[in-house]
Amino acid sequence: MESTEKILEIKHLKKEFDNTPVLNDISLDIHKGEVVVVLGPSGCGKSTLLRCINGLEGIQEGEILLNGDLISNQKKSMHLVRQHIGMVFQSYDLFPHMTVLDNILLGPKKAQKRKKEEAAAEAEELLKRIGLYEKKKAYPRQLSGGQKQRVAIVRALCMHPKVMLFDEVTAALDPEMVREVLDVMLELAREGSTMVIVTHEMQFARAIADRIIFLDEGNIVEESGPEEFFTNPKTERAKQFLNIFDFDSVHHGSNK
Amino acid sequence: MQDLGINLFFQGRNFVRILEGLWVTVSISLIAVIISIFLGIILGMVMNLKNPVTKAVTRIYLEFIRIMPQLVLLFLVYFGVTRTFHINLSGEVSAIIVFTMWGTAEMGDLVRGALSSIPKHQYESGKAIGLTGFQIYLYIIIPQTVRRLIPLAINLVTRMIKTTSLIVLIGVVEVVKVGQQIIEASRLTTPTASLWIYGFIFFLYFIVCYPISRLSAKLEKRWVSMGG
Repeated sequence: MESTEKILEIKHLKKEFDNTPVLNDISLDIHKGEVVVVLGPSGCGKSTLLRCINGLEGIQEGEILLNGDLISNQKKSMHLVRQHIGMVFQSYDLFPHMTVLDNILLGPKKAQKRKKEEAAAEAEELLKRIGLYEKKKAYPRQLSGGQKQRVAIVRALCMHPKVMLFDEVTAALDPEMVREVLDVMLELAREGSTMVIVTHEMQFARAIADRIIFLDEGNIVEESGPEEFFTNPKTERAKQFLNIFDFDSVHHGSNK
Repeated sequence: MQDLGINLFFQGRNFVRILEGLWVTVSISLIAVIISIFLGIILGMVMNLKNPVTKAVTRIYLEFIRIMPQLVLLFLVYFGVTRTFHINLSGEVSAIIVFTMWGTAEMGDLVRGALSSIPKHQYESGKAIGLTGFQIYLYIIIPQTVRRLIPLAINLVTRMIKTTSLIVLIGVVEVVKVGQQIIEASRLTTPTASLWIYGFIFFLYFIVCYPISRLSAKLEKRWVSMGG
């Protein structure tokens, strides 16, 4: 599914918060139809990387290009850029005063000035696909966490983004709801969406990723295919990181 | 022969006078409330700025108004300003000034609270779907702020209406004052006057404030069920 067309190019990105470097010299290309999973310990800057791509954070050095156009630090036109970049956050971020359908339609109607009927037809089609069509008139508080996140994904999709960013979208969910959200993302990956995913779900990362980026202390420490990364990580730091997800079994009756 | 207190309402213009007094109460409250809501919204937005100077100034204003009993503020404006600056303020105008100062402070704090209670990710989600800053306020932030604000603002309005009874003490003839006058005039003929008159005034306040409270409760319930 991968092609050579570059959707997103990040060149020598540097990001600091109050003179504390968060991202050092990050360079990364993301190709059309590619699913890139960003892994790393907390505080390594992976969420910040997504926020920089979407212009929620300014950057100190380097540049970010979308389809060859410079998009980093574009204060005035950032809202236009964001119409092409979908983002789903960790917190349930639906607008609580609007129905599910109105949540999805706000962007297409107000930001993209699309016709209501046309956008609504698409939104309903997308809701059917994630099995939430009958909830279209419900308010967010009437939905479960997993349902809210699925709606949030549809809300981003309905804008026809060139790339979708997922920032730990299952981290705040109850375990039994994680699956339904991940399934939607797997479905998108199968259809060839371009995605950048920050997650702590290792099994999922392994299943969905075309490429794994391992970040630590603001640097790309390792970059490889998922099988290689999980079975045979190149760096010591990545090995250490993966070890936290393995547990030695504790047998009943044995002493510590 | 025992004179029934209830007859007081039918003597002379007593009944009409009480209603006139009520109108004074309601109109002073209403004027103060309207100005307070308008100024309070502006104050609340200013209080929400990150600027340390505006933060400090608005904070001091709010604390000052809150710490001072309304009665002291009334005396300060009615007697103090008049004496010191030789400006002749009527009791009504002084009352409107004081209640506006108070209402603006309280309303400002409510607006500030409502605005800052909107989580940061609501702004970010709005940005993420490509809305401009203005559109984010128009479609996302203001509707949610108003929903949080209205029940609180209505409670403030009822508090303001009730507190206007203090303006008796700067000589404004409002509903309580009219009541006192009627009681004074008929103290000898009708010993139960105060019970009847104050009872009636209690009832009038109830008639004015109860529907407002109900409205607030109703809005709150509706918006909570909608997820506001």
